[in-house]
Amino acid sequence: MKYAMVIDTLKCVGCSDCVVACQTENDVPVGYCRDWVTESVSGTYPSVELELKSERCNHCENAPCVRCCPTGASHQTDEGIVLVTADECIGCGACIASCPYDARYQHPDGYVDKCTFCAHRLKEGQLPACVSVCPTKCMYFGDLDDPTSLVSKLLKARKHKVLAPEAGTKPNVYYLI
Amino acid sequence: MKLKKTYALTPTYCEVCFWKCAAWVHSDDQGNIQKIIGNDNDPHCNGRLCPRGTGGVGMYSDKDRLKKPLIRTTVDGTDTFKEASWEEALDLVAQKMQEIKDTHGPESMALLKHGSPGSHLEHLFKAYGSDTIGEPAYAQCRGPRETGFGLTYGSWVGSPEPTDIRDTKCLVLIGAHIGENMHNTQVQEMSDAIDNGASIITVDPRFSTAASKSQHWLAIKPSTDIALLLSWMHVIIQEDLYNKEYVKQYGLGFDALKDHVKKYTPEWAYGITTIKPAEIRKTARIMAAAAPSTIIHPGRHVTWYGDDSQRSRAIAILNGLLGSWGNRGGFFFKEKISVPKFPHPAYPHPKWGWHDIGENYPYAEMGITNEMIKASIPDENNKYPIKGWFVAGTNLVNTIPQKDIIEKAIESLDFMVVMDTMPMEITGYADVILPECTYLERYDGIRSAPNREPSIALRAPAVKPKYDSQPAWWISKQLGNRLGLADYFPYEDFEEVIAWQLKEMGTSLEEMKKIGVKNFKRKSGDLYLKKGQAYEFGTPSGKIEFYSEDLASKGFDPMPVYTPHDTPDSGFYRLNYGRSPMHTFSRTINNPNLSDLTDENKLWVNPKVARIEDLKNDQEVWLENQDGVISSFPIKVRITERIRWDSVYMYHGFGHNNKKLTRAHGKGASDTELITKIQIDPLMGGTGMRGNFVKILIDEPSKDIVL
Amino acid sequence: MQEEIFISGRNIPKIDPYLEVWHFPISLYLFLGGLAAGIIFFASLFTILKKEKEVQTTIKSAMIIVLFALVIGLIALFYDLTHKLYVWQLYTTVRIESPMSWGAWVLLFVTIGSFLWVFSYFTEMFPKWNWRFEWIKKLETYFIRNRRNLAIILLPLSIILGIYTGILLSAFNARPLWNNAILGPLFLVSGLSTGAACIILFSKDHFEQRLFSKIDLALIIIELALIIHMLMGMYAGSAVQLEALDILVGGEYTVMFFVFVIILGLIFPALLEGFELMGYRVPVAIPALLILMGGLIFRMVMIEAGQITRYLY
Repeated sequence: MKYAMVIDTLKCVGCSDCVVACQTENDVPVGYCRDWVTESVSGTYPSVELELKSERCNHCENAPCVRCCPTGASHQTDEGIVLVTADECIGCGACIASCPYDARYQHPDGYVDKCTFCAHRLKEGQLPACVSVCPTKCMYFGDLDDPTSLVSKLLKARKHKVLAPEAGTKPNVYYLI
Repeated sequence: MKLKKTYALTPTYCEVCFWKCAAWVHSDDQGNIQKIIGNDNDPHCNGRLCPRGTGGVGMYSDKDRLKKPLIRTTVDGTDTFKEASWEEALDLVAQKMQEIKDTHGPESMALLKHGSPGSHLEHLFKAYGSDTIGEPAYAQCRGPRETGFGLTYGSWVGSPEPTDIRDTKCLVLIGAHIGENMHNTQVQEMSDAIDNGASIITVDPRFSTAASKSQHWLAIKPSTDIALLLSWMHVIIQEDLYNKEYVKQYGLGFDALKDHVKKYTPEWAYGITTIKPAEIRKTARIMAAAAPSTIIHPGRHVTWYGDDSQRSRAIAILNGLLGSWGNRGGFFFKEKISVPKFPHPAYPHPKWGWHDIGENYPYAEMGITNEMIKASIPDENNKYPIKGWFVAGTNLVNTIPQKDIIEKAIESLDFMVVMDTMPMEITGYADVILPECTYLERYDGIRSAPNREPSIALRAPAVKPKYDSQPAWWISKQLGNRLGLADYFPYEDFEEVIAWQLKEMGTSLEEMKKIGVKNFKRKSGDLYLKKGQAYEFGTPSGKIEFYSEDLASKGFDPMPVYTPHDTPDSGFYRLNYGRSPMHTFSRTINNPNLSDLTDENKLWVNPKVARIEDLKNDQEVWLENQDGVISSFPIKVRITERIRWDSVYMYHGFGHNNKKLTRAHGKGASDTELITKIQIDPLMGGTGMRGNFVKILIDEPSKDIVL
Repeated sequence: MQEEIFISGRNIPKIDPYLEVWHFPISLYLFLGGLAAGIIFFASLFTILKKEKEVQTTIKSAMIIVLFALVIGLIALFYDLTHKLYVWQLYTTVRIESPMSWGAWVLLFVTIGSFLWVFSYFTEMFPKWNWRFEWIKKLETYFIRNRRNLAIILLPLSIILGIYTGILLSAFNARPLWNNAILGPLFLVSGLSTGAACIILFSKDHFEQRLFSKIDLALIIIELALIIHMLMGMYAGSAVQLEALDILVGGEYTVMFFVFVIILGLIFPALLEGFELMGYRVPVAIPALLILMGGLIFRMVMIEAGQITRYLY
């Protein structure tokens, strides 16, 4: 079982619903965010191109944040989700410094927090909050180890990319382009 | 992870914007709202709310909310507000309303409203004897397109728009920025259209999000849209690409139209719009090839240059040439189910009302707010003097241009009461402020909106009203009781009204509390026209009027013509404004969840302009418009290739100057205060607001300039 | 024109606009840790080589400084944690892939080892002191006899202590300034050099001072070579590394780096020590203090500047 998220940049409108839904679902304090939206503009008027992306922790296969954690609070489940056990976290900040995507942050309560792919929802058979709320339905989530899953089919059918592949982290969030 | 379990699910429909998506409010066992999730059966949202709906929790939790009724008073010579009990406040409002009724007549008390609370007050006002009712959403927003489409097809576009985007093969957006305006169903269906490989053509001087998803982006020179529409008509007619059967069966005045557009060649349009003739032809052909599954989108906020009804009519005519009205992938025939009126005595007949105030505008079908404001200024020639205002759910001064006229009107009023959830700028002008509770804390009328299938939604309170706020239905009833109108409110709790209405409609309050949304079967016929089906349109002739005899008879152009509009002088840039997908105008800027996403607007400036004006990214600048009005607050610059060099762009709704809005105060600039020049639409009185030009000031303007 | 912006208002405290999780407490710890590593290294080395008689300060007073350094360093580290009550979790597991885990355990053993070392020399340094309890006196005798064994254990531990922080930082490829394998050896050499400087400062023995001046001079030259190596490596690197290099050579930290670390912290004291070895009279305190200052500032610059650079955005 390898969970992955696939996001269609051709449909994303940058509304940031994914950010608000994550906040209300996961009690993320205002001022912090587990996911965010970026805009890339290139070209010269009137030949302009725009790309909008919703980004978060990529739950990398080769996660530097899991490697560098001295207590093992930062760990990866069998399904590939990277989680932080708050009661084992000492707040040293190493994992925050190690993430090339700057996906982690120090929660006001002291431990390190980040996107969890809504593991608590996956247990109930629901999709992550951001995927469920996106009005353009541009976000997909599923098991890459299953060749019949929607995410596997999308990656086979469409051109896609990941963020900072040269960092060697093998991220599990893909962007259809 | 300390996650609270959902304890209760309460159905509601969102009030953060006008789309009214039905949702479920998840609350925990402490009675706190955890999150708001869309109702899967609702055709408005299909289970997915937009960011503002999801952020509705912030509307409830915002500590800056109005908490107690406030009455204007003078303490040590300074004007201030004192907290009052509901008894005191309501007694005062009723007393003043009665005074106005006795002295001038109930017609002189005006209601300026928006949204669900407005309907409760409308009932009160009609019972009281006043038809002087208006909402900015008409003359400041979609009014012209209702007139334009009404004249052509005999029916309004309405809300939600009956655009069959999910099945369309070609979507043409001319001045519509779907994706930045989060009109939920439209955004969802545009995404479906992209999945289906539909071609999208966007006409916009700015590289909008929709433009970035279009196969063709026509970077039009601002204010020249009618020229483009006319030349599209020219190409489609001249090249025989129009829908011949449809036009023959349903159209009237085609030959007149053909004659009219003969001279509007793409080459002519090129000189005006700066769009290349080849591009105009190519896009016209694409539109025609996809017909009748083509949508020339009517837009939403269409009050731009004063000839907006005619421009909307041009859009309607173009749709008619392609045969999209009443066809799959074009416009479907919407249907809504009527909600039975709770029995009450007949309303009295006022001597005059909104219709008379707008008498100069023959096609006005709702109150023209700016005319009502003018009628509030004492003038010996004023036949319809307005002496009091009740403002509910609209922040007038941030919505309607020409703030000086609004302020002058307010100063002349005998009495003004404002009902709102937040201390918006308009509350600062009131004599009495009534704190309304948010949509999450009250019952409201059953939502029945026109869709593909008739559908109703229930709004029930998920939590008790916070602080000392009260729902609008209670406020209306309390005022009604004090004004001797108790007969019009024969119930103790609005829940009784809803329960009765639902029973009449074949369901029940219990059922609606469980399902939230109920969809009914269509009764009025098919969604689409069948081939060759006889159909009577709501126009005087019963046909789609390409040529409007009605307009001609009243001295207006029977077919749209292009009139050039003012362009900015050297050193000035056209002030363009639009929506941010994360906010609903000025209403949500203070919402903690949403201001976390965007708490200020930025001035979009082309890199060429930035070089000329010597601007850097995130530099703070002030704006001065053509009438010398300077923005109260600075705005940061965003240098981007997405905007033309003759315009600047900013999100509408920022630049709040009420200090009580702690998160919104002073953030960004207000576009409304810079809109001092308006062009009035002669057909229905809409206020065209895109004819204002600004110059960029780098240094903070001197404080002693009188605005 | 290229634009890359956040549009959802992302402004996470301590992460945006650039990382700010580690500040002076960490720089202080890095300095003190390196200092302690250096002194312990020399103390153990000389003990193993049976030359401890010649370097009395090293093995006695300097080790007391080590104790202070380690305790203050540990307090600084603890202070920096944001979830302090759970600090004991560090000692429930050994994670081989995490240099910080090695560090936690090594610090534990080195601190205990240094305490035992000082304990064994305590009566020698303070003859008037009397351990009241018999079992303490028995323990003391044991450790006095096993000093060499203790040194054998402490020597590799001190090397790990000196090098692991560099390895920890260099493993973060998300921070281009740190992502340089030379950082480990550089921190080790810097630690040894500050250790030697500290010894020079506190030693009263002329032979010891000269010995460590020579050692220090050699270490400084190696350190300079490693720094040049590091800068050249960044110069030949990717775009993010060039940006990182720019902070040190053309940006905010250029003055701090070149004036206080390179010139005043390394080159100038090296010259002074050179002159001193050539026979000129130079008060030994000056180069020693300059080296110590340079070591501290070097770590401050690396921590602060390293957090300014990031991989994306």
